[in-house]
Amino acid sequence: MIRFLFKGLLRDRHRSLIPFIVTATGVMLTVVFHSWITGVLGNSIEFNARFAAGHVKIMTSAYSKNAAQTPNDLAILGTDTLTRIISEQFPEMEFSERIYFAGLVDVPDLSGETRAQGPSMGIGIDMLSGNQAEIERLNIPSSLKSGSLPQQRREALLSRTFAEKLGLHIGDTLTLVSSTMFGELALYNFTLCGTIEFGTTALDRGTLIADITDVRDALNMADATGEILGFSRIGHYNNEEATNIASRFNKSYYSEKDDFSLLMKSLAEQNNMGFLVEYSSKLKGILVFVFIVAMSLILWNAGLLGGLRRYGEFGMRLAIGEEKGHVYRTTLMESLIIGFLGSMAGTIIGLAISFYLQTYGIDLGPMMKNASIMMPQVFRARITPEAWYIGFIPGVLSSLFGTMIAGIGIYKRQTAQLFKELES
Amino acid sequence: MKKLILLLLTGFSTLYAQLPDGKQILDKIDQNLSSENRVFSSSMIIHGRRTTHTIRLKTWTAGENKSFTEYLFPVREQGTKMLKLEEQLWIYSPSTDRIIQITGHMLRQSVMGSDLSYEDLMEDKKLTDQYIAKVTGSEIVDGHNCWIIQLTAFVPEIAYQEQKLWVDQERNIPLREEMFAKSGTLLKKTELSDVQRINGRWYPKKIVFKDMLKEGSGTEFLIEEIEFNVPIADYIFSKASLKK
Repeated sequence: MIRFLFKGLLRDRHRSLIPFIVTATGVMLTVVFHSWITGVLGNSIEFNARFAAGHVKIMTSAYSKNAAQTPNDLAILGTDTLTRIISEQFPEMEFSERIYFAGLVDVPDLSGETRAQGPSMGIGIDMLSGNQAEIERLNIPSSLKSGSLPQQRREALLSRTFAEKLGLHIGDTLTLVSSTMFGELALYNFTLCGTIEFGTTALDRGTLIADITDVRDALNMADATGEILGFSRIGHYNNEEATNIASRFNKSYYSEKDDFSLLMKSLAEQNNMGFLVEYSSKLKGILVFVFIVAMSLILWNAGLLGGLRRYGEFGMRLAIGEEKGHVYRTTLMESLIIGFLGSMAGTIIGLAISFYLQTYGIDLGPMMKNASIMMPQVFRARITPEAWYIGFIPGVLSSLFGTMIAGIGIYKRQTAQLFKELES
Repeated sequence: MKKLILLLLTGFSTLYAQLPDGKQILDKIDQNLSSENRVFSSSMIIHGRRTTHTIRLKTWTAGENKSFTEYLFPVREQGTKMLKLEEQLWIYSPSTDRIIQITGHMLRQSVMGSDLSYEDLMEDKKLTDQYIAKVTGSEIVDGHNCWIIQLTAFVPEIAYQEQKLWVDQERNIPLREEMFAKSGTLLKKTELSDVQRINGRWYPKKIVFKDMLKEGSGTEFLIEEIEFNVPIADYIFSKASLKK
């Protein structure tokens, strides 16, 4: 039966071609759109996680209230022990201590007096312990534009444009002018060992990256850190997991009455990221719903047109004794075949385009020259397991629904009128 | 009715006449607090939100525009020096062997985590050269009768546009000060105490500063030793002396 219908569809292209193209196009757009949105939102979420928020972040309660100002006078103390304990308590997370700080980078002339000066945002991360996790998380090796990563104490990386603006070359000395944890003036010399460029304006304006041990020395923060970031071992942000861990942590460590008690926040609870996370999870549902409605309308219309065009054929089939139910069922079967093939073709083409966008991405850097938010410059699609069926199932179903609605007309035909209709 | 008006007018003018001239009081304050030069050792006890720490300093000051400070304690800060010449301020840090000029918004930053800003340290001019004074009333502060004086700056680019002082009527020393921004926001409060007679002048040996925009319990500034009008070698107030 299916073979018979399939042959009919192949031989009568008017019956199959347009619905096939419509279904394939719709499915392809759904797959590409889904992969693109998943990629862009995922990129933004992961980018923020890696550079600022972590999948979860631990701060003191007082620090968290002004986290944007990185108030290191409210830093976490006793971090060596704390990090060891929480790593045992929450083995599903990998914890990293970070110190974010603001300051001035001052460049001396030959007599040691200020030659150039510029405002800087600094990050102190683990770079010299031999653990590469933080270096890789911040994508430093591939962001390195000149020189090398810090190999020893008192070496630092600087944004390429910032180093150029200050007239600094590899091997030059620069002085960090900042505030210690106790509010004292902090002056600390670094040697510029390399320049970096992340491709994000907010980070490329004036970032200084150094080993956390040096930053601790510079800011008088022995056994202290501004923030402890936690990264899920599953490799990407899972809101449910992060919320659950944060809730467990806060039950043990947080007290509303103590400004210096520890507070863990999930990524969604920081920097207005909640909207992005929620939007990302709901988007797929919205996408499928919109697609089914739109495609059903188009295919219903196509089915109606097909029904009109095949008005004579249906009449003839009914006149020679074929049951209305049988005619309706075969029409549905035909639409299922078209839906299946169209969805398959759409999914394959969609995945191919998504793969291209995942590999090469689209550089939106020129459009974000003055953006101050942390977003990657090159946006890439991301093919997830959902991409394999997100267009396929609605593609088949919408094609079927369209035909089901359009095919109801078959039951309205009056057998007594059929021969008269056929005569005319 | 005429008698009543006359009586009221006489009463007001009598009251007004009882309040002294603000400028005269400022002159007397300046006579106590200003000097041709001075050398003093001091301690700053900084009460932060979490910890209290102490810094010990030695300062040489000549006139209104020259000042040199050396940090003696804690060990981390030992050898750090600050030089103020006219409107410029340099800091030398031995750990970096660098002389850094503090300019712009950095002048408003806290000195070593205290409630004093670099601007506060630089402001050493006579009050009469910067403010118009108006006595607005009197009040008792710590058992001393004080005039309440409202100061309004007449020079541009000043750290505090307005100040309110409670000045001891006998010793002509402010016992309490409130400093305001142009917007009227209260920026800082100080309380001066342990007023002693030194070389024929009254001088407060303890000042508690409270930055009202900062949490914490304020900074105690204690004068441990002070000498007025002693000879100070000129080389002290040079950039070369920062590295010595």
